[in-house]
Amino acid sequence: MAEIVIKGVAKSFGAFTALHSVDLTIADQEFMVLLGASGCGKTTLLRIIAGLETPTHGEVWIGDRRVDHLPPRERGIAMVFQNYAVFPHLTVFENIAFGLRMAKLPQAEVTRRVTRTAELMHIEQLLKRYSGELSGGQRQRVAVARALAMEPDVILMDEPLSNLDALLRLEMRAELKGVLAESKTTTIYVTHDQVEAMSLADRISVMNGGYIVQADRPTQVYRNPAARFVGSFIGNPPMNFLPAKRSENGRWQVAGQDFEGPETAAAEFAIRPEDMHPAEAGLEAEVRVVEPLGPHTLITAQVAGQPFRAVLESDRAITPGEVITLAPIPDRIRWFDPETQKAIA
Amino acid sequence: MARALPYLLLLPASLFLLAFFFYPFGLVVVESLTRGGEWTTENFSRMTGHWKFSQAFWNTVWLAAIVVPVQLIMALTMASVVQKLKTGRSGLLYIFAIPLGISDLAAGLIWLAIFEQSGFLNSILHAMGVIDRPQLFLGYQSLWVIFLAVCLAEIWRATAIMMVIIVAGMGLIPKEYNEAAEVFGASRWQRFTKVTLPLLRPSLQTALILRILMAFEVFAVVVALGGTTLPVLMGETFQWQFQLQDRGVAAAYAMVILGLSVAFSLVVLRLLHVPKGARI
Repeated sequence: MAEIVIKGVAKSFGAFTALHSVDLTIADQEFMVLLGASGCGKTTLLRIIAGLETPTHGEVWIGDRRVDHLPPRERGIAMVFQNYAVFPHLTVFENIAFGLRMAKLPQAEVTRRVTRTAELMHIEQLLKRYSGELSGGQRQRVAVARALAMEPDVILMDEPLSNLDALLRLEMRAELKGVLAESKTTTIYVTHDQVEAMSLADRISVMNGGYIVQADRPTQVYRNPAARFVGSFIGNPPMNFLPAKRSENGRWQVAGQDFEGPETAAAEFAIRPEDMHPAEAGLEAEVRVVEPLGPHTLITAQVAGQPFRAVLESDRAITPGEVITLAPIPDRIRWFDPETQKAIA
Repeated sequence: MARALPYLLLLPASLFLLAFFFYPFGLVVVESLTRGGEWTTENFSRMTGHWKFSQAFWNTVWLAAIVVPVQLIMALTMASVVQKLKTGRSGLLYIFAIPLGISDLAAGLIWLAIFEQSGFLNSILHAMGVIDRPQLFLGYQSLWVIFLAVCLAEIWRATAIMMVIIVAGMGLIPKEYNEAAEVFGASRWQRFTKVTLPLLRPSLQTALILRILMAFEVFAVVVALGGTTLPVLMGETFQWQFQLQDRGVAAAYAMVILGLSVAFSLVVLRLLHVPKGARI
């Protein structure tokens, strides 16, 4: 059992505040992804959980133990580093065995665990090599095997796939998901890649400017962003936002169209690019760029002077300069408070 | 032309070395193996037959054997401390490096000023009432004091060069290796011995070879502190060349120093060898 509880954790580096009082609970065996742009504090939070960084305030609990004052080795964690950190002076076998040797496990157990994890990561034929003789992908496998061999309660991963090329990343992503689900560990995975986050996570914590903006299931984060930032960060292309005005009849005016909306004084209209279809009535969009993507066509247009994107079925030919009308799917429309930037329920 | 350019640019320096290093070096080799125009090993048998040879040889070896390990440990400790500093790092490095700017003879004289009969050490001990009259520390009756003084002076003088090389080497080790070791359960000491030291092997090679060569050539510090009371190989070379005017035997001594240097360099290279593919 390794539930992780983070209570009011904050971190400042001099005058710079990397984390503002973060609260987060990660369930036992959950796969939690910390997602955000660089500098949002996600790596700092991971390093605090690992014990490589000391929080300025707050508590970290793993299982039933408060660990924020403990050194990393007493926390029951293993970690995969962004640059792999596979020791160059040790063979692959000794790299995987490193933590086991430090824990003074008997040789037979070391051999058993190294062999098992090496097989799991398909590197059993590389055990005698040095890391200088391995490719990036192979080093990554060694780094993961080294973490798995510890049979830890918690595995922490710091952008483990970001140094791999696109194809390899896709392959490793699927493999990681399978291996980690099998291992029954709690996983915290840091990435700036939203696709990686969506495909791996049980839950995603979207971070921005040292805050956790939303922590929820991937579909929830995608469908119901808790804040404007989440909508604009997740999704490729991201959510469209249009200013809205309250009209006399209590409805909302968006680019000359009438919509049902919330009972607030001010609101901003938002819709995902794929949640629209061409129709007789709707938002008037002046098409600027047309990008056929095969199954869909990506349209970059202007609506009421605002940049606006739509992903449409590719069966209809659209040309730049054309004006099309797009009808948003009513229950996919989202509203945000322009003041607080938060979603209006 | 473009491919030849680097070689052309290096040519003057290479020619200079060939002309002013290898040629005289060849002459010394020949000198050590000839006497009166005849090829002979007599220079070497004269050298080894002299009563001072084995003293000079063992003094030199013992000096190196004591000074170099002490310096290595000190340099590693100091470098580890300097490495951890967030501010004032370069300032401390400059302070540590001050003895590097002093010639070995000047270093020897500084330590002579401490140890001689009217030196600082006598003054301090006298002022504290430990002794009632000045003591002769560096006399021939107490060779071990001279030996100790030379060790101290050498350690004071040349630890910084090792430290500078080791600090540079430590800077090349990505900090993720240390963090990985920390996460996987290594204590501070284990991180040092299992990660830092092995990854530092190339720098240790450089530092040790440089320092061992310097140790076998120890001369001016010994002369300043002990004259010829504590014979060393380089001192004997000087004696035979200039006092006894026997260039053949002096050349033989030079060959012994060279042999020692090459042998120990090879040992260091062998011991600290980093296999291909195991480099950072």
